[in-house]
Amino acid sequence: MEDRGLRIEEHRGGSPSAILHSPSLRRRGRLLEKTLFWLFRLATYFVLACATYIFLDIGIKGGRTVFTSKAPFINVPFLTEPPQTLYVFDFEGKKQTLSDRQFREWKVTHPGVSVEASSIAYSAGGIWPCIVGTALLVVGSMILALGIGVSSAIYLSEYSRNGRWIRLVRIAILNLAGVPSIVFGLFGFGLFVIFFGWNVSLIAGWFTLGLMVLPAIITASEESLRAVPQGLREGSLALGASKWQTIRKNVLPYAMPGILTSSILGIARVAGETAPIMFTAAYAMKDEMPWQVQRMTDFFFQGVMALPYHIYVVSSKIPQNEYTARVQYGSAFVFLFLVMLIALTSIVLRERSRSRLSW
Amino acid sequence: MVTVLDMPETTSPITLNQPAPAPEPEVERGMIEIDRLGFAYGNHQVLHDVSLSIPARAVTAFIGPSGCGKTTLLRCLNRMNDLIDSARITGGAIRIEGVDINAPSVDVVDLRRRVGMVFQKSNPFPKSIYDNVAYGLRIAGVTKRALIDEAVERSLRSAALWDEVKDRLHVSGYGLSGGQQQRLCIARALAVEPEIVLMDEPCSALDPIATAKVEELIRQLKQQYTIVIVTHNMQQAGRCSDHTAFFYLGRLIEFDLTTKIFSNPGQRQTEEYITGRFG
Repeated sequence: MEDRGLRIEEHRGGSPSAILHSPSLRRRGRLLEKTLFWLFRLATYFVLACATYIFLDIGIKGGRTVFTSKAPFINVPFLTEPPQTLYVFDFEGKKQTLSDRQFREWKVTHPGVSVEASSIAYSAGGIWPCIVGTALLVVGSMILALGIGVSSAIYLSEYSRNGRWIRLVRIAILNLAGVPSIVFGLFGFGLFVIFFGWNVSLIAGWFTLGLMVLPAIITASEESLRAVPQGLREGSLALGASKWQTIRKNVLPYAMPGILTSSILGIARVAGETAPIMFTAAYAMKDEMPWQVQRMTDFFFQGVMALPYHIYVVSSKIPQNEYTARVQYGSAFVFLFLVMLIALTSIVLRERSRSRLSW
Repeated sequence: MVTVLDMPETTSPITLNQPAPAPEPEVERGMIEIDRLGFAYGNHQVLHDVSLSIPARAVTAFIGPSGCGKTTLLRCLNRMNDLIDSARITGGAIRIEGVDINAPSVDVVDLRRRVGMVFQKSNPFPKSIYDNVAYGLRIAGVTKRALIDEAVERSLRSAALWDEVKDRLHVSGYGLSGGQQQRLCIARALAVEPEIVLMDEPCSALDPIATAKVEELIRQLKQQYTIVIVTHNMQQAGRCSDHTAFFYLGRLIEFDLTTKIFSNPGQRQTEEYITGRFG
């Protein structure tokens, strides 16, 4: 809006009021404002568009795998069966696509028929072992990371005195957070798989993934601990509580919701990383489920299948054709859904604990 | 392992509910003896050569302008300053009933149980009223429900809060008003049967009515407890203390009966502060 009442002595050259009241300058200013506004707005829309495209692409194509048009509307075998090889062949003019197991049954029911079947690895069956493997990797590595992470956060926040040594420790933790995940994978391979002789195993994966999220857990836990008002510590100590009693009864319980919510974001990272597990814990294919072991101790020293690694394998390690998309998109869809579920849990937990605790 | 608190029915060295015993020389010497105490945060000397004898079962007020060291001195009495990294005692000693509280043999946890503290900003725990008061007892290892019930009621009655909260013991302490929260903190401190109660400007965040209630409470509590109160409020020191210590720039300027300090101070600085000419 042009304020004509203020338009006085436009061309008095050089004086501030000439600039202050110049309508052309004001027009230029408005143009700049508008341009910038649209620039920012478009940047936001661009991100939104990309995200929508990705989600829709995976949602629609993956949805075709995961959902069915008939009751129960969910492709149960895809979620509950192990991956199988897909056999494709022409028989009596019709194209047949059968999984490994179905193909063997088919051969029994069609004795004497010989067909030229092309086999496509992993493209039939489901992804159940991958879901189980990822869940096992997440649970184990999070227990490890929480145990070590919360303990060191307690030390850093409650016990340590700020000095040069503690500053060094903090810098080390920050640096650890910046280490690329493939380096963690190689480190885990070198230390746990080879040096400790654990081979490619759950336990090697747990330690590698646990170390990877440790910096995030320590930082988040320390922040949560520091957010607990000092008055609660002093109040407790003044009642004759020891330091540990104070931490256990009057600091940790109030920091726990914060620690857990930020750890859930760590879960999403642990579940999602491929690089740290590809050398340490993940198998491309394994016939037995993790609980089918001879001895209890074997459980920890077995490799497992995992969702992110499975997606990597089916997307880059097998020849691509029109039959491979099914399992690729299906796995990506399930994976995305699980990660979203974790994130949602974290939001719900945070909101709940927020309403319960406030000072 | 924590030791179980002495409950009233057991033989406790200090029988709180009895009238004060006949004054012995020890009591006259003062329950808390501060002897030429020097204290510093890093290189910043906060207290210089403070000597003071705080009598038992009386209210002693610390007054003085901001930064004069009165709160620091108060926090020395239950070693709360241990929590501050750079804090250190540079000289002298504090003796409670003759025992140097900074001696290596003194258990700081036990000291703090005996020397309770009420803070400037009321700091109820985010727990129920009941659990707030029971906290110190449970920490000390009291597990019997009946004992805790009884102590909670007794403490809340002592803090003149029982009638206001007896129907909602299990709701959060945060639901109370500011004055009630502060009295809850007093009840919490009383529950562990301290001998000394330190109060750091307990009314600074309270309105006049809540302040009056807390002051009335302080006057009652001195029959059983030795109370040391830091206050900015001169009238408050005048109303509820028996002895007053005036501090200025980390030194004790004057310590005497409150009536004497307020009517006929011995030092010019004290008089100027009390009459409001500085501070």
